[in-house]
Amino acid sequence: MRGIRKTFGPTIALGRVDLEVLPGEVHALVGENGAGKSTLMKVLSGAHAPDGGEMEFDGKPYLPRNPLDARARGVGMIYQELSIAPHLTVEENIVLGMEPMKGPLVDRKLMRSRALEALAHFDHPDIRPEVLAGTLSVSAQQLVEIGRSLAMGCKLLVFDEPTSSLSQKDIERLFLLIDRLKSQGISIIYISHFLEEVNRLASRLTVLRDGSVVGTREVATTAPEEIVSMMVGRDVDDLYPRTDRHAGEALLEIKHLAGSIKPADASLTLRRGEVVGIAGVVGSGRTEFLRALFGLDPVKSGEIRIGDHNGIASPRQRWRQGVGLLSENRKEEGLALNLSIADNITLPCLDRFGRGGAVSPARQMSRSAVWIEKLGIKCQGPAQPIGALSGGNQQKAAFARLLEYDVDILLLDEPTRGIDIAAKARIYEAINEAVTDPARPRAVIIISSYLPELFGVCDRIAVMSQGKLTRAVPVADLTPHDVMLVATGKAADLPQPTSSPRS
Amino acid sequence: MRLKSLLALLGPFIALLVVYGLFGARNPAMFTEDVLLNILTQTVIVGTAAIGMTLIIISGGIDLSVGSMIALCGVIAATLVTKGIDPPLVFLATIGFGGLCGLLNGGLSTGLKLMPFIVTLGTMQVFRGAGKVATNGTPVNLPFDVTAYKPWMGGSGIPWGVWLMVALAVLFTLVLRYTRFGRHVFAVGSNEQTATLCGVNVTRTKLFVYVIGGALAGLSAVMNMAKSSQGDPTTATGWELDIIAAVVIGGASLSGGVGTVLGTIIGALLMTTIRTGCVLNGIPTPWTEIITGAIIVVAVIIDRLRNRKA
Repeated sequence: MRGIRKTFGPTIALGRVDLEVLPGEVHALVGENGAGKSTLMKVLSGAHAPDGGEMEFDGKPYLPRNPLDARARGVGMIYQELSIAPHLTVEENIVLGMEPMKGPLVDRKLMRSRALEALAHFDHPDIRPEVLAGTLSVSAQQLVEIGRSLAMGCKLLVFDEPTSSLSQKDIERLFLLIDRLKSQGISIIYISHFLEEVNRLASRLTVLRDGSVVGTREVATTAPEEIVSMMVGRDVDDLYPRTDRHAGEALLEIKHLAGSIKPADASLTLRRGEVVGIAGVVGSGRTEFLRALFGLDPVKSGEIRIGDHNGIASPRQRWRQGVGLLSENRKEEGLALNLSIADNITLPCLDRFGRGGAVSPARQMSRSAVWIEKLGIKCQGPAQPIGALSGGNQQKAAFARLLEYDVDILLLDEPTRGIDIAAKARIYEAINEAVTDPARPRAVIIISSYLPELFGVCDRIAVMSQGKLTRAVPVADLTPHDVMLVATGKAADLPQPTSSPRS
Repeated sequence: MRLKSLLALLGPFIALLVVYGLFGARNPAMFTEDVLLNILTQTVIVGTAAIGMTLIIISGGIDLSVGSMIALCGVIAATLVTKGIDPPLVFLATIGFGGLCGLLNGGLSTGLKLMPFIVTLGTMQVFRGAGKVATNGTPVNLPFDVTAYKPWMGGSGIPWGVWLMVALAVLFTLVLRYTRFGRHVFAVGSNEQTATLCGVNVTRTKLFVYVIGGALAGLSAVMNMAKSSQGDPTTATGWELDIIAAVVIGGASLSGGVGTVLGTIIGALLMTTIRTGCVLNGIPTPWTEIITGAIIVVAVIIDRLRNRKA
């Protein structure tokens, strides 16, 4: 792709992008949300026509009319959201859209042989041509989708964030498959946020930022920090502001908390003025831990002490006790999308906006305007329905809810997932401000799957593995490797401090 | 943003004017004061109950039993009148009974965690049956000498019922906009999980909303009794659809979180206007139903299209 340019009205989504992929190469495409990765891939797959530039595929000029045309030419897309028809069988899915016909009827023998050919690329025991696609696991369905592209003879496969809903084992299988496809001469563009995956799979990578190519590098010779600075456009150190932290009184004490399935055993003491991070792989029980603590899920056993309050409580009581929760799922749980920004921010503390059950919308608006200003929420005003905002701005508003209530303990579940880098930076700033407030330092528990974020923001980190939470160890005594070992189950606990323990 | 909500009401209002104009063009009698008054009065019964339904639908629920509730409450009210009970007490008792019916609906759906659609589908039959059992199927006629209820739906000038409906519309508009309860109703309808996360008592909000809906249905039943001078267990059959249609035409979403009382009133007026227009133009009843249904669908489509663009 040379000089690809794409504009949507006044917005320049792509400004002169060059991308080159060699045969049998895994080429990673990295960039923050909004950098232009999806737009570029839509141009490649024919969903959008470029406004400028040209493309060449396999030595010939390439300008697909639509995605089916692109696939016929040999470029197959594997999206995050799988487009499998669950009620059809595997072989029917593989030939979907280009079923081999014998007169007016489908040629089932030819369909079977085409499917077997495609499935020969990967030997997965559950995927047989006659099996209903809906009964397969998510990663197996993903393989069927790959099979569809292979059946069409695709020489270039584009993977868009393929691992976000896969388990660790399935991710390993996918990597082995990609290795195998590579050795068969198939080229792959791999889009991912996770630099660890890029390191494992790709030989070269291209970084996009704000619609332009920042640079193309050899993976083997490029340090992760360099990649991140290219993605982010500023020095990584600036990203996680950190002023002096002083841990004060214990605000929250949890002893052996167990929920109905997860968490199995979690103990933690949280002090004023500190940020404690909880690392762990997807499914380890971190979200369940916060939900049980906050009263959203039932608690089977364990002690919880918050200030003077002992025991379990409902969400309403937790807010009153000065605890707020930022859900990891802002669309389904965190926000009421068709309500205004002001309504979303002030919902837990409406009693402060009027007397005797009355509420002053004007006061709601003016208070929300304060946070819109402080957190830089881009919107048309506090009365705008929050669903119209971008992900980053929505998340800032969800965060503002905790600030408006003025809680002492902030429980943050993946607060920066899926939002643009500027919004992430703002949230890190807000977290730092909250715990270093001279008048009343708050305390923060943050769940994150992104280790650089945890190491940048936290004072201590604990790891959740299969429902069990380790001790929280000061960041200075830890390396990301230590954390990954415990998270993936290869180590039982974080390393003991080598120096004498501080009080 | 107030402008935007005014614009949202504009759609249904324009529809109302257009429909009124079209029917009037064929028969100018539509434009007379008498007919106008008639339309307003006819709207009172459906409109009052629809105010309650607005809250229920905004909260994400629905009540299919409202028609049967009106019939049952009407029977109760008429029976009390025949027993010589004074009007204020009749009003209170009927409203209270309606509230209890609403409590049953709300309690079953929140307590047993059943979909309101299913629960009220059931109570719709139960209430209807109860009314018929209580009266042996025949209407309870008000004694001829009881005239206290006439001014509510008749008499000279604007009937009291119209003022009552207006007052209730204003009251509940204020409640929805300016009270914590109103905010909670919207929150529960927009996203119940978010409301729970923010400490809203979702169960209590839902119960309240169904009780209010039932109480207003009870009030509407008294109005119905005032108009027909009887408590008829077979009245109001199918009115739940009119009531729900009024709310939806007025801009509410059946999935919750959106809706206005003013829009509902316009929706109710629209449907009465269609009925009256058809009668005045000599259109036979089956056609009236077809036209009403068609106009409802068109109004909702226009409204949805406009919402998608915004």
